[in-house]
Amino acid sequence: METRTIEQLSENFQQKIDADIKIEPNDWMPDNYRKALIRQISQHAHSEIVGMLPEGNWITRAPSLRRKAVLLAKVQDEAGHGLYLYSATETLGISREETIDDLHEGKVKYSSIFNYPTLTWADMGAVGWLVDGAAIMNQVALCRTSYGPYARAMVKICKEESFHQRQGYEIMTSLMNGTEVQKAMAQDALNRFWWPALMMFGPSDAESKHTEQSMRWRIKRYTNDELRQSFVDATVPQAELIGLTIPDPKLRWNEERGHYDFGDIDWDEFWQVVGGNGPCNKERIEARVKAKEEGAWVREAALAFASKSKSRQN
Amino acid sequence: MSSNEWPLWEVFIRSKQGLNHKHVGSLRAPDAAMALQNARDVYTRRSEGVSIWVMQSALITASDPKESGPMFEPADSKVYRHPTFYDLPDGIEHM
Amino acid sequence: MEESTYTFLLRLGDDSLILGQRLSEWCGHGPILEEDIAMTNIALDLIGQATNIYTYAAGLTPDFNDADALAFLRFEHQYLNAILVEQPNGNFADTLVRQFFFDAFRVPLFEHLQDSKDTSLAAIAEKSLKESRYHLKHSSEWVIRLGDGTELSHERAQLAVFDLWRYTQELFHMDTAEQKLLAQGIAPNLENLRGIWLETVETVMEKATLKLPTNQGFFGAGRLGRHSEHMGYILAQMQYMQRAYPGMEW
Repeated sequence: METRTIEQLSENFQQKIDADIKIEPNDWMPDNYRKALIRQISQHAHSEIVGMLPEGNWITRAPSLRRKAVLLAKVQDEAGHGLYLYSATETLGISREETIDDLHEGKVKYSSIFNYPTLTWADMGAVGWLVDGAAIMNQVALCRTSYGPYARAMVKICKEESFHQRQGYEIMTSLMNGTEVQKAMAQDALNRFWWPALMMFGPSDAESKHTEQSMRWRIKRYTNDELRQSFVDATVPQAELIGLTIPDPKLRWNEERGHYDFGDIDWDEFWQVVGGNGPCNKERIEARVKAKEEGAWVREAALAFASKSKSRQN
Repeated sequence: MSSNEWPLWEVFIRSKQGLNHKHVGSLRAPDAAMALQNARDVYTRRSEGVSIWVMQSALITASDPKESGPMFEPADSKVYRHPTFYDLPDGIEHM
Repeated sequence: MEESTYTFLLRLGDDSLILGQRLSEWCGHGPILEEDIAMTNIALDLIGQATNIYTYAAGLTPDFNDADALAFLRFEHQYLNAILVEQPNGNFADTLVRQFFFDAFRVPLFEHLQDSKDTSLAAIAEKSLKESRYHLKHSSEWVIRLGDGTELSHERAQLAVFDLWRYTQELFHMDTAEQKLLAQGIAPNLENLRGIWLETVETVMEKATLKLPTNQGFFGAGRLGRHSEHMGYILAQMQYMQRAYPGMEW
């Protein structure tokens, strides 16, 4: 049997990508493709799980039964999405536990937005509207990503995601239809989450080292700046509709470009937060490490029982 | 990799109106009973009347997919389809 | 008659709300992702049950307009949940043993309530029963695994059983309200449920290699609005928004 060279395999692989044919778990793939996918998918999974914390924070203080139930459902969805994504990552030959250890050791990241605290009930509105809104921009694009299990996970996630953003926006709308104190609460939440939400799309294209290769391999379908622009264009009218002011004095509609011009992102803040110096980085990782460590005896107990049961059967 | 991790299970769901079980993903569980329980929570959170199958990933046998389609393969690598491996009777010229 | 139904509904609804509130605290902190999903699912079911129950109850009293008012605006002595559900989450064994004792009671309770002459209550019971059966399966499986798992898990599960047993007696508390409802075929005889409950508990305890305490526990008064010290803190957190921002829409 003639062995194909790495060159031929790579060429065939790229042809598949270019023809939008899905790459499946047992297909040959370049090592860097596998590594890039493991990084991207596991970071996406970690983001869903860590994202449960800032929102979970408000479940016990939700102001009505309906809000409590909806928030519980949303956070449960996020846990489920994390699970779908870990499931996709595991098809690449790495275990969920390994990727979680990488997270705890700071070797991989999660979305920087979750390093900000949720200080008021209005933050539940801002997070749902802006953070889920930004996530959806990214996710719809990823439904056509080249790796089969990832694309399929994204399709499932997108189906469930639409209610998350609506709920967040609905909370903001309720507040803006309420008392002066509620309106102020909503505006304050927007003021704190707007720029971090824009930072969710990552560094500018010029600064982003992974983008070019990820685009060639169709792991990413749009660049950071493209998605960020789409997000601003979609979100500004939503804010204006309910009487909120985007905290950007440079924001204005550019008729010529057909897009909103917006102000400069504070990249110093971005790199500080991504690098571990954000308001809640320490707490988020500590909470996840604690859950894993304090849960070890539970996981062990279940395994011990399973092993005993098996012995009893034999 | 720690041996203390719960085994991985593949999950197959047949929806209420469905004709067959579809592979929907995987999850971690210590044993079959918990795998079914977890599958119900994770993969059917929104519907009833579904049938769930779970199978330990390590126990599934899969075929090695050959890259298919003449467009991407030099014919030489496709050993089992190469015509020289089949003896044709004389007189059959175009097959 | 309506007053008895109202009291009964508060007991039923408050159990659901306070336990749902406790389970919500686990969100993002469970021992494994799959269990985070399971516990959040159970919490969601319980909050849903509480909402249905309070909606019905609010219609029976001029004092509270709607389900939210009942959930968020009563004072400590007006909540009638059993003290069991106020207990802190502790470790996973504490939570699952608490859950198991509770689920083993709710399943026969809802089974009997399906036959209630009060059709609204029967409808609530029918819907809640499906969920409670699922909860019971989950908590039973875990109590067995923790009890018959490792030495450490066995120790923790056994401690949880010894600690929580005393609070279970209150589940079968019957006073004027329950007696009246029993006479009218609206609610079952909770004393009869005790037998069914005990059978379920003993079966699971045996599989779990866990022992039950021999004492009969103390008389809790949660059903009369006299709670443990935990209740104040639970309400302070749960009611905060409605107390800090009174009369607003959310």
